[in-house]
Amino acid sequence: MALVELEGVEKSFPIWERHGRVRRRRRIVRAVDGVSFRIERGTMVGYVGPNGAGKSTTIKMLIGILVPSAGRVSVAGLDPVRRRIDVARRLGVVFGQRSQLWWDLPLQDSFDLLRHIYRVPFGRWRANLDAFVELLDLAPLLATPVRQLSLGQRMRGELTAAMLHDPELLLLDEPTIGLDVVAKARVREFLARVNRERGVTVLLATHDLGDIERLCSRILILDRGRVIYDGELEELKGRYGYERTLIVDLEEPAPPLAVPGARVERVEGPRQWLRFRRDDVSAAELTAAVAERARLLDLAIEEPDVEEIVRRIYVEGMAGEAVTPAT
Amino acid sequence: MAEAAAAFGVYRRLVGARIRSQLQYRLSFALSVTGVALVTFLDFAVILVIFGQIDALAGWSVAEVAFLYAVSSLAFALTDLAIGHLDLLPRMIRKGDLDAMLTRPLGSLFQVVAADFALRRLGRVLQALVVLAVAIALLEIPWTAGRVAMLVVMVVAGAAIFAGVWIAFATIAFWLVDSMEVANAFTYGGSFLGQYPIAIFGAWLRRFVIFVVPIAFVAYFPSLYVLDKPDTLGMPAALQVASPLVGAVSLLAGWLVWQNAVRHYRSTGS
Ligand SMILES: Nc1ncnc2c1ncn2[C@@H]1O[C@H](COP(=O)(O)OP(=O)(O)O)[C@@H](O)[C@H]1O
Ligand SMILES: [Mg+2]
Repeated sequence: MALVELEGVEKSFPIWERHGRVRRRRRIVRAVDGVSFRIERGTMVGYVGPNGAGKSTTIKMLIGILVPSAGRVSVAGLDPVRRRIDVARRLGVVFGQRSQLWWDLPLQDSFDLLRHIYRVPFGRWRANLDAFVELLDLAPLLATPVRQLSLGQRMRGELTAAMLHDPELLLLDEPTIGLDVVAKARVREFLARVNRERGVTVLLATHDLGDIERLCSRILILDRGRVIYDGELEELKGRYGYERTLIVDLEEPAPPLAVPGARVERVEGPRQWLRFRRDDVSAAELTAAVAERARLLDLAIEEPDVEEIVRRIYVEGMAGEAVTPAT
Repeated sequence: MAEAAAAFGVYRRLVGARIRSQLQYRLSFALSVTGVALVTFLDFAVILVIFGQIDALAGWSVAEVAFLYAVSSLAFALTDLAIGHLDLLPRMIRKGDLDAMLTRPLGSLFQVVAADFALRRLGRVLQALVVLAVAIALLEIPWTAGRVAMLVVMVVAGAAIFAGVWIAFATIAFWLVDSMEVANAFTYGGSFLGQYPIAIFGAWLRRFVIFVVPIAFVAYFPSLYVLDKPDTLGMPAALQVASPLVGAVSLLAGWLVWQNAVRHYRSTGS
């Protein structure tokens, strides 16, 4: 049995919309509209989609916060609504936009409270805490009240808090939102390690494709409550013209660079945007080619937007066709 | 049993953390406790004003009404101390605090209750205790073991009755955000009604405080027993010792309403 199973899951919210001054009309928002998938133990899956796609709603149903309008949800064979407390013991949850920690207390106190809440044996808790404090460099922050932590520092605390009770499944909802590049890399590195070294199953919901690049081999793309792609990340790249962008800062303004395998999309003074596909040229080759033609000061690589990938899936007319059956 | 002990341990830790942060600012804490005590004395002054005009209220002397007032206030103050922050439920829902609680392996009502402890409202408890002491000194109560026990039991049962009512009405927040005025009408309003002999109410209000929101069991009925007063309404004598049962039923009802409400919880669309 798979650790997570969803079968024909729907969730709709009735909302009241204003029409004029007083009149209101009831409308149903289908946040999740017939989603089915399974996640096997030990795997790491990206749950990707634009804002409003229904990612958070799905995660809340996995936790048992929301009751599905239709369909079946199971986590470790349990119904999260009816067995919420048993499911909670097996889950680690990180919401990027809200804290799971106690705002007024030092970080250390939150960890102590969690030990009692999850009834983690002291030795196990101590060993986990030491490992994560070391891994995430938390020692200097333990005495600081959570409200005084920066977003990146707090997120390191949230990750530790979610892992202290050895969860089987880690659910993350936009864990890198608002973080700078370094902090993002740190979160991703952490997730890769707990998955590899502790065998924790990870479901990572995000609208930032950078989060799953090199992290998740399998990716589910959600749009308007439906899964429009379920498969390998590599295959997605091959099929849908997954174009990355190399942004280069040259020493002085230059005409658009002619580099094989890439096309210049935009020029702004000394800065140029080059679009390329990995199949055609590697980032290293491209950088070398650019350096041959102009003096390079700085560079960055951007993953495509989810919105763009979603659009391409529709344009190629393969939405639905690309969805591999969830069995 | 082990479950209960563990739950109590967690409660103590969570609430302990809240109390520590309240005590960080000692002066403001002392001021707010005194402030609350003074304001609630004004509340009692209303009763004294009424007795300035008349000698007795439906056969109850000023000392007897003070006794009713004190018991009802004390029970209410204890409930307020422990769960008064249920008033903040709409905010907890909006900010996603409730979502965070639902990710943890503990009951949601338990966590909401353990989220705070309004020690600063201790002033209300102090005021109620002072009035109670004065009332008891003025009255010549024919003390027996049963009456002494009932005095303690009625306060605890009264707090349980208020708690059940409070929890049940707080759940309106799951359907309507900014709904606390309705809930407060029942809780604060209920505590106000509990301070008077129900014999002065009209028939409808009387039925309401006996059968619907059972405030009559907080002070009125058990006081008939403690003060050894005849019931001018001629209700069954068993009602005078029914408060613990009514308290238990009230708590259970509040819990059931809560469980049902959480199933309708729709979180926030972030
Ligand atoms: N509690 C709610 N009440 C009403 N509408 C909601 C609620 N939660 C989510 N929605 C709506 O459902 C859709 C999906 O939301 P969400 O699951 O938060 O998407 P995502 O996390 O992918 O951005 C959105 O249109 C959102 O406005
Ligand atoms: Mg979301």
